[in-house]
Amino acid sequence: MENNRKAWLYLLPAFLFLGVFMVYPLVDVFVYSFEEGYNFASESFFGTGGYNYSYVLHDPYFLQAIKNTFLMVVITVPLSTGLALLISLALSSITPLRNLFQTIYFLPYVTNTLAVGLVFMILFRKTPYSDGMVNRLIHLFGGPTVDFIEGPYWAKMFVFCFYIIWVVMPFKILILTSALASVNPMYYKAAKIDGTPRWRVFTRITLPMISPMIFYLVITGFIGAFKSYSDAVALFGTNLNAAGINTIVGYVYDMLYGDSGGYPSYASAAAIILFAIVMTITCINLMVSRKTVHY
Amino acid sequence: MKVVLKDLTKIFPPRGRKGKPVTAVDHFNFEIPDGQLIGLLGPSGCGKSTTLYLICGLEKPTSGQLFFGEDDVTNLPPENRGVGLVFQNYALYPHLTVEQNITFPLENLKKSERPTKEEMHTRAVEAAKLVQIEALMERKPSELSGGQQQRVAIARALVKMPKVLLLDEPLSNLDARLRLQTREEIRRIQRETGITTIFVTHDQEEAMSISDMIVVMKDGAIHQIGKPQAVYDDPTNLFVAKFLGTPPINTFEGEVRSGQLYIGEAAVLETPRAPDGRVYVGIRPEGFRLDPEGKLVCHLTGVDVMGRDTSVVSTHEASLDVNVRSIIDSEDAQTISGKEVRFTLRPSKVLLFDRTTEERIRYGK
Repeated sequence: MENNRKAWLYLLPAFLFLGVFMVYPLVDVFVYSFEEGYNFASESFFGTGGYNYSYVLHDPYFLQAIKNTFLMVVITVPLSTGLALLISLALSSITPLRNLFQTIYFLPYVTNTLAVGLVFMILFRKTPYSDGMVNRLIHLFGGPTVDFIEGPYWAKMFVFCFYIIWVVMPFKILILTSALASVNPMYYKAAKIDGTPRWRVFTRITLPMISPMIFYLVITGFIGAFKSYSDAVALFGTNLNAAGINTIVGYVYDMLYGDSGGYPSYASAAAIILFAIVMTITCINLMVSRKTVHY
Repeated sequence: MKVVLKDLTKIFPPRGRKGKPVTAVDHFNFEIPDGQLIGLLGPSGCGKSTTLYLICGLEKPTSGQLFFGEDDVTNLPPENRGVGLVFQNYALYPHLTVEQNITFPLENLKKSERPTKEEMHTRAVEAAKLVQIEALMERKPSELSGGQQQRVAIARALVKMPKVLLLDEPLSNLDARLRLQTREEIRRIQRETGITTIFVTHDQEEAMSISDMIVVMKDGAIHQIGKPQAVYDDPTNLFVAKFLGTPPINTFEGEVRSGQLYIGEAAVLETPRAPDGRVYVGIRPEGFRLDPEGKLVCHLTGVDVMGRDTSVVSTHEASLDVNVRSIIDSEDAQTISGKEVRFTLRPSKVLLFDRTTEERIRYGK
């Protein structure tokens, strides 16, 4: 009993902190999302109900943001994880210069998002004065040039996904190389005794052994990708709705402070919808991982 | 299947700039007869495991040849040699069930040689029955005890019907009681299958108890090969004599003068054929006999009663060890009293070694 009280006392600061800065805002957002026309300045609203949700779900900008986000998530999460796995396998199979390569692959992680966005913009943009490097390359091989930053939707989506994969890869490579290194070499020796072909060693031994890490990366990858916003801003500027490449978080931000600004109720509703989406996807992920990750 | 090592040598390249190349296995020449259980015995780092890896093909020899029967297998990859290897920590795949672990080697076979699903199952069950784990087929390795895991590892090594079975420190991860049980088990499995089996151990008791033949190694060199009892009774040098036997052999500084062996100033034994000179004397614990008239006088420090026998612990100025440990019948031990114990020695348990080469000096008739 005495010990119990002490334990609660020690936990109190953490509970207070989490309560004030996490639970309270979460509940608050949930409440806002049902209060119609909430006004920050007067702290007043007209009424309560599901109108905010209905408005948001019928807003073409929001539907566009949902479409963009899902498309980006579906493309980038598997692709970046797969690529990271390939690179990690290559990294762990070479011995000379491994440290150098590891450092190089980790560089994007420590580089500023906006700076990288600027570089991407310069690489991909096509202006009346210059085609940009990527377009020059395409031109060299006889393809039609295209403005990736302000051009057609698929081109913008391509750059967006390319950029996100490039940004999230280092962390995944870091995790996967250490996961690969932690597999006991004894298993590979045992496999060698039995003459296990390389592909089978990979699918039947390596992959199952590192599967917990892969699932960790997929789950956090989904969550991270659903929450991406700054990446879009870095590439396409702040007026994402006009560029047609807005994300859900971008929509929430616009609703709070954007040009059309000052609709916290809609922003809250959108945020709650995003929360529901991420929650669902994560639950599905966990269910799948429980079925396939064995130990 | 007979296994022949011919001048087999493995030199590991130096590590780092200042490292020296390490000769792990130095010109090994020996023949393992078909269907025998062989123990490779030596202190850690003596090249036992490397020898095992050379035989199974995980390591390539620097020079020399290896034959299985009449076939030169020196350059064959492991899977074509027909060997089964049980690793020290078993290396069972944690995500596969016991049955999947056992059938794993079969699934790797090329399409033309691969048995059908039913046949794989039958063979897995057969192997499992041999090691008595057929009730555990659906479990994961993490749900098994250490002893059971090892049986699974043995079954996995046996399922391909290898010509040679290799065991790397098979008992080191088991507790003392299980170790006794498992070594009998290994002996039984080896007898039942008749597969030439080579196992590595640093525990001399383990090697002596179950092997048909032991190979005593140190620093990459073979010191002696032979039947366990023969090696124990007749070691070729001081290292082998010290390495075999629990409690270990007692060593003394001694001197041979005109056919008499002196320890200190006491002439303890007649050694007619030994040349004069200073020697190392090794006396097995069972080589001492209590005798009020005995020539070897030691200072008594204690008596350990171990039931069947009694171990008398004493000291002697010429002893090279901290204690002189002798094992005598419990009944005789009743007579011990005072500060001194006197012993006469059994000649067959007293071994002489050269001071410089540490090679054995044979003094018998």
